[in-house]
Amino acid sequence: MRLEKGDVQRMAEVDNKNARRAHFSAQVRGLMLKLLVIWFVVSFGFGILLVEPLNEIRLGGYKLGFWFAQQGSIFVFIALIFYFAAVMSRLEREYRERGEGAEQ
Amino acid sequence: MSLTVLTYLVVGFTFALYIGIAIATRASSTKDFYVADGGVHPVANGMATAADWMSAASFISMAGLIALSYNGYGGSVFLMGWTGGYVLLALLIAPYLRKYGKYTVPDFIGERYYSDTARVVAVICLILCSVTYVIGQMKGVGVAFSRFLETDYETGLGIGMLIVFFYAVLGGMKGITYTQIAQYVVLITAYTIPAIFISLQLTGNPLPQLGLGSTLAGTDMYLLDKLDLILVDLGFQEYTTTLRGSTLNMVAFTASLMIGTAGLPHVIIRFFTVPSVAAARRSAGWALVFIAILYTTAPAIAAMARLNIVDTMQASDGQALLIEDKPAWFENWEQTGLLKVEDLNGDGRIEYTADPETNELTKLDNDILVLANPEIAQLPNWVIALVAAGGLAAALSTAAGLLLAISSAISHDLLKSTYMPSISERAELRASRIAMAVAVLGAGYLGLNPPGFAAGTVALAFGLAASSLFPALLMGIFARGVSREGAVAGMLAGISVTLLYVFQHKGIMFIPGTSFMGDMSPNWFFGIEPNAFGVVGAAVNFGVAFFVSRVTAAPPSEVQELLDFLHEPGDAT
Repeated sequence: MRLEKGDVQRMAEVDNKNARRAHFSAQVRGLMLKLLVIWFVVSFGFGILLVEPLNEIRLGGYKLGFWFAQQGSIFVFIALIFYFAAVMSRLEREYRERGEGAEQ
Repeated sequence: MSLTVLTYLVVGFTFALYIGIAIATRASSTKDFYVADGGVHPVANGMATAADWMSAASFISMAGLIALSYNGYGGSVFLMGWTGGYVLLALLIAPYLRKYGKYTVPDFIGERYYSDTARVVAVICLILCSVTYVIGQMKGVGVAFSRFLETDYETGLGIGMLIVFFYAVLGGMKGITYTQIAQYVVLITAYTIPAIFISLQLTGNPLPQLGLGSTLAGTDMYLLDKLDLILVDLGFQEYTTTLRGSTLNMVAFTASLMIGTAGLPHVIIRFFTVPSVAAARRSAGWALVFIAILYTTAPAIAAMARLNIVDTMQASDGQALLIEDKPAWFENWEQTGLLKVEDLNGDGRIEYTADPETNELTKLDNDILVLANPEIAQLPNWVIALVAAGGLAAALSTAAGLLLAISSAISHDLLKSTYMPSISERAELRASRIAMAVAVLGAGYLGLNPPGFAAGTVALAFGLAASSLFPALLMGIFARGVSREGAVAGMLAGISVTLLYVFQHKGIMFIPGTSFMGDMSPNWFFGIEPNAFGVVGAAVNFGVAFFVSRVTAAPPSEVQELLDFLHEPGDAT
């Protein structure tokens, strides 16, 4: 089979696209992992597993472990989701921009 | 104006509002009916999701569960579990299913696992968890009516069914979405106003979230320290530190509620209604904001109302309350049977202690905490009327969302996708309306004749969703190698293990005394209680699915293409 010039170019584009995709997926995986670690630490960690040592510390009238279990973890959850939404939008924009750069 | 008349006015006004919205938002296509034409603003969807999500259990029962049954800190499992699930939903599930772009959860499972069997198994799991959930809502409607509007339970349930029937059958997802937004406003107002007043009275701080960590007004004693002190005095355990079961049980309980939340179909389908993948992510954040307003207020209501009750029971002279000094709210709620006293030692006083031998406050129902809260705090009658409307809004909005999940599974997944693929768009829309009507009537029937298993319903729904649908969705999105056979075997194994553990404790179909493995000590599996078992069922599901996938043929190339598409950045162009 003889390769036309257009085929070579298309293959290069596919390679380029695959590389961009792989880079994007790695970024998303890293972001998710980081956020899920925080998710676990504030709820299961601070709220349950480490609650006794944290309860030695006071936050006003709250024992700190109790506060994480009944208030703090929920606030952190909200922050995590909005941070995730913002970073994902940025990553997707960068992905598109790299794609446009490659086509020119 | 008497309280009953006022309550009729407030509840009547909210119902007129829901019906008005229903007429304005009629569905004209199947896309309207299933996903509100995919055009709902992310903030609006967040608000609708919050109402969809917060049921009669969240509104009426949760604060009481935390304060009484779970003695404070132990109740944290509900607070973290029912909110933390949104992080999983926002990161791992909702954006990908929105990207997929179809109408139902079984739709995705059927296509990803290239199998009608997988789709039908998903429909069965969906119906099992949604029906158990909806029975609780119908009961909530009947109870709220009978308590506040002095109708009997059946009449109340009938009126509730009529309202849901009207806007759900007419408007489908579109009508449900906009009524849920109105219902959110009603329920959150009704929940926070009494909380603000009570926080002000006790601590001088209007924000309950801050009041809970403040000193009691006019003293330098922290509210939570006072509560710990009094409860220990009465023989109870400390409010702020007492575990529910064991640390392991609390971890399992929280995890089960989290993954159950992320696997409940009626919540997931709400994210199909927004215009884009990015909107689905943001919308999950907004949903949690609106949910958190109630969920961070609930622990404050829990502690403050518990303190108020304990204070009422201890008259100023440090002795137990004299029977003739009972406040008016006490007698009102005794009539409903939620509160009972018995002067066991005949000294004319009501002793409230942790010891069942001497405790004379023989019944203190969890629900009383929220329902009687305005009376305990001596708030005006319109606040009480508002709480009635709020409880009804919470129950109706969740019931409608559940009924839509059930009816779309029947008309779309069973009829259109599996058994009658040639059905036209118009016929499918008609079928979905009929399915909705049947679902409403079925739920009403089950509300009137609650089966034995209705007692444990809401917790069971989470266990079922956690052990069947959540793992199938997560593996469907992220594990390319999981095959049709693996997914079906996993779902069936996960849901069976969970059901067996629950039935072993509570009897088959919750009929007492029908445990099939004979008498075993309760919570025998590492001290994990049945309501916390969903996470174990999920682990079984994952394990079985991966094992079976290894020994069966790999998924075909179309599945790889579907996954490539799901993980492609941004929206389809």
